[in-house]
Amino acid sequence: MQVAPAVELESVSFAYGGGETVLREVDLRIGTGEFVALAGPNGGGKTTLLRLVLGLERPAAGAVRLYGEPAERFSARDTLGYLPQRASLALDAPVTVREIVAAGTLPARGVFGPLRRADRARVDEAIALVGLAERTDDQLRLLSGGQQQRAMIAKALAGRPRLLALDEPTTGVDAESQEALGELLARLHDDLGVTILYVSHEFGAVEHHVERLVLVRGAIVFDGPPSELPGLWHDPSHVHV
Amino acid sequence: MFESEFMRLAFAVGAVIGVLAPAVGFFLVQRRLSLIGDGIGHVAFAGVALGILLDVSPILTALVAAVAGGVAIEWLRSRRLAAGDQALALVFYTGIAAGVVLVSLAGSLDVNLFQYLFGSILTVTRQDVVVVALLGLAGLLCIAVLYRAFSAVVIDEEGARVSGVPVGFLNVVLAVLAALTVALSLQIVGVLLIAALMVLPVTAATRIGWSLASTMLLSIGLGLGSVFLGLTISYYADLPPGGTIVLVAAGGVAVAAVGGALQSSTR
Ligand SMILES: Nc1ncnc2c1ncn2[C@@H]1O[C@H](COP(=O)(O)OP(=O)(O)OP(=O)(O)O)[C@@H](O)[C@H]1O
Ligand SMILES: [Mg+2]
Repeated sequence: MQVAPAVELESVSFAYGGGETVLREVDLRIGTGEFVALAGPNGGGKTTLLRLVLGLERPAAGAVRLYGEPAERFSARDTLGYLPQRASLALDAPVTVREIVAAGTLPARGVFGPLRRADRARVDEAIALVGLAERTDDQLRLLSGGQQQRAMIAKALAGRPRLLALDEPTTGVDAESQEALGELLARLHDDLGVTILYVSHEFGAVEHHVERLVLVRGAIVFDGPPSELPGLWHDPSHVHV
Repeated sequence: MFESEFMRLAFAVGAVIGVLAPAVGFFLVQRRLSLIGDGIGHVAFAGVALGILLDVSPILTALVAAVAGGVAIEWLRSRRLAAGDQALALVFYTGIAAGVVLVSLAGSLDVNLFQYLFGSILTVTRQDVVVVALLGLAGLLCIAVLYRAFSAVVIDEEGARVSGVPVGFLNVVLAVLAALTVALSLQIVGVLLIAALMVLPVTAATRIGWSLASTMLLSIGLGLGSVFLGLTISYYADLPPGGTIVLVAAGGVAVAAVGGALQSSTR
């Protein structure tokens, strides 16, 4: 029996609320344990593609499967980690970094599950991984934009996902921290076999680590190793096909 | 004032809603649904009117109407049949209109009605206290158990949804809790002012809290304080309790705003 790929899109087309087609005839297979960068210009459909993969949107045509199951009815959701684009907090109340990252462990514990010592250790570990250990009990709103982004990354990591989908995780993150994030993701990928979908229109930070680059511009216009990317597309935000 | 039985009963009911209303309101405010309490309050008014018309306990009919209204608002919202505020407006006005019509059918557009709109401490019976205590404790237990789940949803709804947190279920539970709070607060605070007790202590606590948990606890403390102080003032000054409690809570917001400003200027 063949093992189902982590992500599978079969001639998927999509439009928001009967509007213009955003993605046309997308075919994509991502195997378990792959580290894939999704790049492309603004409005190219990267976020939409990710939302389809995660079952947040339903395709207008075609099929989206996660580990062989229809994405919107996928059963093992606690194995998915998602960092939405510009994941700014919607709430006004003060929240600490620890509280945010702890929320990331809820899916694995279940709605009624208490926060056990192992979960707390996991929270501290995730915070340390993004270099915020000293700010653990600080309010998020007292952190810089890039530090806030790193706190949200820690939240996604704290759930120990098997599939990690990060939408523009490095927005506002300085070069050094981008580098550190790249290293961290590479370790998760190499040591734990986590499947990683990394969306960005600049993928410099993970360029050395990803084995596959997918360029999205209304459709998939390139899919292969970053080294094979045609020279004129080397700045993927300038892809015009 | 505790020599009078009705004050002891009023304080007992006040203690329950003083804790419950801000605890439920805390999550409503974070999800920017502050006005849902108001919408549910207006539906509860229709329930009261129906109770008067049918000559059954208005609290009971208010509870049923409030739960139906709360679930209806949440359903309209989640199905995106109407934007949040429009869903609220629809339920809100239908509720108050139905209430007025039902009340005039019952021929009791009088003082009796007034007490449900603005609250009265004279009407609480021993039986009411038992009902409020039992249902109130059930509601609080529910929040205590689901605190982390509700928090995860307010922190990052999409992320929670992706990872399989039952966001839709939690939203319905929250709507039912809001309805329960409205129905239980009916007698003391009144349907027109109950939403204030769900929102104002949270607004005040947000200015001075330093974490989600501390803000939640401060909200509850301020809610309880407002109820006790408001009831006391209303007893001695012979004022309607609902209005007095809400004015005290609003005063709390003003004090917290000044306190919060001082705190951040000295940091
Ligand atoms: N919620 C929405 N409703 C309607 N149209 C939308 C919505 N979200 C995105 N779109 C449209 O879909 C297209 C693709 O948007 P998408 O957000 O997927 O692009 P992206 O590649 O993630 O861009 P960016 O680099 O700016 O994040 C755009 O033309 C956008 O206008
Ligand atoms: Mg995007």
